[in-house]
Amino acid sequence: MKRQGIHIERLSKRYGSGDTAFLALKDVNMHVAPGEVVGLIGPSGSGKSTLLKCLGAVIDPTSGRMTLDDKVIYDDGWKVRDLRALRRDQIGFVFQAPYLIPFLDATDNVALLPMLAGVPNDEARRRALELLTALDVQHRARAMPSQLSGGEQQRVAIARGLVNHPPVILADEPTAPLDSQRAMAVIRILNDMARRLQTAVIVVTHDEKIIPTFRRIYHIRDGVTHEEAGEGRGFD
Amino acid sequence: MISLAGRDILHAWGKFVFTGIGLGLLIGVTLTMAGVYRGMVDDGKVLLDNSGADLWVVQKDTLGPYAESSSVPDDLWRSVRAMPGVAQAANVTYLTMQVGHGERDVRAMVVGITAGGSAEPGWPPHLVEGRQITRGHYEAVADLAAGVRLGDVLRIRRNHYRVVGLTRRMVSSSGDPMVFIPLKDAQEAQFLKDNDAILMQRRRTEANPAFNRPAVPDLLDAVIASQTSNSYVNAVLVRTAPGYTQQEVAEPIRRWKRLTVYDRPQMESILVGKLIATSARQIGMFLVILAVVSAAIVAFLIYTLTMDKIREIAVLKLIGTRNRTIAAMIVQQALVLGLIGFVVGKITATFAAPLFPKYVLLVPFDTAMGLVAVMAICLLASVVAIRVALRVDPAEAIG
Repeated sequence: MKRQGIHIERLSKRYGSGDTAFLALKDVNMHVAPGEVVGLIGPSGSGKSTLLKCLGAVIDPTSGRMTLDDKVIYDDGWKVRDLRALRRDQIGFVFQAPYLIPFLDATDNVALLPMLAGVPNDEARRRALELLTALDVQHRARAMPSQLSGGEQQRVAIARGLVNHPPVILADEPTAPLDSQRAMAVIRILNDMARRLQTAVIVVTHDEKIIPTFRRIYHIRDGVTHEEAGEGRGFD
Repeated sequence: MISLAGRDILHAWGKFVFTGIGLGLLIGVTLTMAGVYRGMVDDGKVLLDNSGADLWVVQKDTLGPYAESSSVPDDLWRSVRAMPGVAQAANVTYLTMQVGHGERDVRAMVVGITAGGSAEPGWPPHLVEGRQITRGHYEAVADLAAGVRLGDVLRIRRNHYRVVGLTRRMVSSSGDPMVFIPLKDAQEAQFLKDNDAILMQRRRTEANPAFNRPAVPDLLDAVIASQTSNSYVNAVLVRTAPGYTQQEVAEPIRRWKRLTVYDRPQMESILVGKLIATSARQIGMFLVILAVVSAAIVAFLIYTLTMDKIREIAVLKLIGTRNRTIAAMIVQQALVLGLIGFVVGKITATFAAPLFPKYVLLVPFDTAMGLVAVMAICLLASVVAIRVALRVDPAEAIG
């Protein structure tokens, strides 16, 4: 199946009803192609988190349409039945803090997702090791999260986001706790993996260091997005 | 799929083990309480077993001789012995009192037994050391629980008894050790007054013109002699002859002798159902309270352990973990905690039981029931934590 990335049209999200209704997203349009890394930038309260939650199938939009590859996820009130399975198989998450499961080692933190999807343990661990090798943390495969450095933890978290080969990765401030060098390394890894796995990557960030690396940026303010070309040329 | 609960327990094993030990001590107390009740019931049964009787003939309309006082004439046993189906009949007295032993005294059940030997009902069936009583006065066979040794001297009222034999597990239904002495001595001990009381009673009798008649000089001496002797016993123990049922033997005694006769099941129901009923209810209340406290503690522990993992649970839910996987993780952890607690509790109860002054009987059935109860309590206690975990919004992982 040819990958088509993530596409949203006129996506709106309203909280509350009547006089207290608040429109957090207003007819948001967005398209991220496979292999592309885009930035989503906006001040606090602009609707970034709401958009990320809608894209991550954590909350339902009030209206609008969203497709992942050729699969319709939301369409004006209609939604796919099993959002939990969708999050597991079709969406990768990378958080500001790595949020690794503290009682699983690096390999099992990554392998947990395919295991949850029913992949046999050995196969899931093989996939996890493959990704950890690609992210250059294979030497820490048996280490517990508390034994990993911040950068290593973030790479393991990226591996976890990628392990099921989802069509889209949602990265929420993935470089916030890192210094410039490590932040650039993370963005480089995301670009590299996006290109290799043909995954669309949306990076929500305030980080001035990495904003110049994006080719396309979505600015969001008061629930409305504006697309503009970034300064960056990626890491080709 | 890997066991999330197992990995979490291995990762934080110290927390689980120490929590389990704390819980285990509570479970140990609960098991010991159940053992105390079982010990009381067993003491009652041992008392009946050791009496060697099939029937207990007691004063009419009393629950004697163990639950109520009962007095029957000490020559009654002859007529009972002559009843059909009676193989043996023997007098017996029971008196729970403080028995002097050196500088201290011991709470004991003093049993008066007739002459005859260990084949007679009422005699201690087995000795662990020494011999049975062979003299008519001032010899005793005592239980080891009284803390005596062969050759020790016991003081009962004003008389001294030399210990010639020792028994094991010969106790009253209250767990007091038994001290066997000759029947005549025991009858005297039941009614023996101090010297001042005897003197005062003699004076009163002498002052009574009905007894002190110059025309009948021996009357006063006869009355005084009757006042200082006791011709009553508490019960007649009966052993039935082969070929007779207990009911067949008991019914004619009840009918023709105007006495109350209890068989073994009836005596057991008196001991268990009446004598220790209040203590059993008391212990039952303790068990209920301990069960509730254990449940509350397990619920709190599991709730705390779950709250410590709220962020991880949010992440697990966000990446698509099923609710039932998360619920199973919490339930498994609760059950493991309960299992650790139960093992610690069982070991604690086993080692603590011999230290108790009264007999504590830990029976396998109670252990099995305890395990089931602990597991059920842990299962119930995990419900609160599961509800909290299932309400966690996966969006919390995003912020």
